[in-house]
Amino acid sequence: MTSPLEQKKIKIAGPSVVTANRTWDGIVVYRTAAKSWSADLSEAAIVRNSDEAKALLAESVADDVGAIGPYIAPVQVGADGKIEPGNLREQIRRTGVTIGQPAQV
Amino acid sequence: MYAYDEIDRTLVNERVSEFRDQVKRRLSGELTEDEFKILRLQNGVYLQLHAYMFRVAIPYGTLATNQLRALAHVARKYDRGYGHFTTRQNIQFNWIKLAELPDALADLAEVGIHAMQTSGNNMRNVTSDQWAGVAPGEIEDPRIWSELIRQHTTLHPEFSFLPRKFKIAITASDHDRAAIKIHDIGLKLIKNEKGETGFEVLVGGGLGRTPFIGKTIKHFVHGRDILSYIEAILRVYNQYGRRDNIYKARIKILVHELGIEKFSREVEEEWQHIRNSSLQIDDEVIEDIRSRFTYPNYEKLPHMPDELRQAAADGDFEAWRKNSVSPHKVQGYSIVTISLKPIGVPPGDATAVQMDALADLADKYSFGEIRVGHEQNLALPHVAKRDLPALWKALDKLGLATPNVNLITDIIACPGLDYCSLANARSIPIAQELTRRFANHELANLIGRLHINISGCINACGHHHVGHIGILGVEKNGEEVYQITIGGRADEGAALGNLIGPGVKFDEVADVIEDVVEAYLALRERPEELFIDTVKRLGVEPFKERVYATR
Repeated sequence: MTSPLEQKKIKIAGPSVVTANRTWDGIVVYRTAAKSWSADLSEAAIVRNSDEAKALLAESVADDVGAIGPYIAPVQVGADGKIEPGNLREQIRRTGVTIGQPAQV
Repeated sequence: MYAYDEIDRTLVNERVSEFRDQVKRRLSGELTEDEFKILRLQNGVYLQLHAYMFRVAIPYGTLATNQLRALAHVARKYDRGYGHFTTRQNIQFNWIKLAELPDALADLAEVGIHAMQTSGNNMRNVTSDQWAGVAPGEIEDPRIWSELIRQHTTLHPEFSFLPRKFKIAITASDHDRAAIKIHDIGLKLIKNEKGETGFEVLVGGGLGRTPFIGKTIKHFVHGRDILSYIEAILRVYNQYGRRDNIYKARIKILVHELGIEKFSREVEEEWQHIRNSSLQIDDEVIEDIRSRFTYPNYEKLPHMPDELRQAAADGDFEAWRKNSVSPHKVQGYSIVTISLKPIGVPPGDATAVQMDALADLADKYSFGEIRVGHEQNLALPHVAKRDLPALWKALDKLGLATPNVNLITDIIACPGLDYCSLANARSIPIAQELTRRFANHELANLIGRLHINISGCINACGHHHVGHIGILGVEKNGEEVYQITIGGRADEGAALGNLIGPGVKFDEVADVIEDVVEAYLALRERPEELFIDTVKRLGVEPFKERVYATR
């Protein structure tokens, strides 16, 4: 749950993705293999070593108009290939706040 | 209420146009995020976990009903139907779209609201006592001076690129409701022996990872000299404050490292250069600001009207009145605090429906005025006592009559890991669980005044250091762990809490707090001894023993 603002070294311990927030509306997005952004984690490109992570992050940072604040986040990949967030912070970013929100009015 | 003049209106509107152009250039790619970031921060726009967050200033905590309705409108049209009142008299919207922000700002500008200097390394929103102008025994309305400082510091180039953010709070009462001792500069309005108005000036207070209680740097600065004295402090800070290390850049670190005596000498020397300059304030300037604050035409009303006498038979009303209604300087009127801490609800949140309805109630019962306090509650500052029963019924229908002001469920909490990109742990779910544990009003009343403050990281936006019970969420091995402190307070007797022992897991926090409270109930000498006084008398040890004996 280390803040991405403090993420200085690229060192990954397992499958990871690059995530950011879409520039125009701020929603959570993930970098895809098609060099685009998707709000769907299942479409995220998975990297498994530091070199791959570095390359995906560099490509993401270069797309400054599409999304802001890209960083590498851990994920878990199930036997069926399903991708799940690797920590609570990313779980919350994916599924929303863990508290009730007032009904939209 | 304060009536803005043409200069204010022009400034706010020009700022909206400027930001609209900046957003357009950002979305087209003409501005990079690195270039744009400082511009959005200067307009109160952060990036949080799920979206942008938009922080709007409520200077000295005073809102007119058309302004509260405008906030409701923004919540409804541009966000998800609610807003979050913060610990510094701001409101935050958590789901705003960058592309729509200029329109939201334009809508707010129509009623004189803006987001200038609600973030960034500049002079932040000047805060004050939410009871300003109506509190019995007050020296004078501190908002007049808050407004003077607001005018002087808004977009002031010398204060726009400080080493770090800078916060000023002002009170004019002996009982400090503005938490001035945990601000970069705290000002207490006082009179000298000649009866002249001036300030006791404190400096170097602050929380975060290195908390300090502010120290008195000067016992009396005449009102006419307050701008030059503040400027002298800021010049010393600008000159010596550290820009190389964000964690050591606040003025509290400078004051601590130089020592208050040396810091004071530096300020004094600087002050002598500028004291008799154009920064000296003419009486006319103060009178002009004073004249722009309008006050209600109060009626002559009885101290105890029949309506109030009759309603006293209703136990639910009485429970609310005892906790929410406070004395007013004018006979027949009261100050009503509106708890934004219903059981199980995120502290400080209000829906657009509630904001609109509150605006209607303020028009009907409070001369069209609402206040925002640093405890994340609202207040109606001018309610006739005869109207209290009717107001209570109306608030109850809105879910805003929880009788818990200043009780254990009146919790201050930051947004925590549910929203905040800096947080390490969740705050709001902890607050929600604690309010459920202590939902029984008789129990909460038995416990008495007790402030729980919760922060989801060391930045301490939930003011955990100064909670009677403070809860700090941290991360340890990928898990949320919470450190508990006791004995802190944010009022005139401000103090930092002391840790009671090792951190506990998310699921254990409410149990631990129950243990602390049970220990207090067993240890207090009499029912009137408040939790904070028992801790002061006995220290941490008996609480520590109780909590950790079986853990």
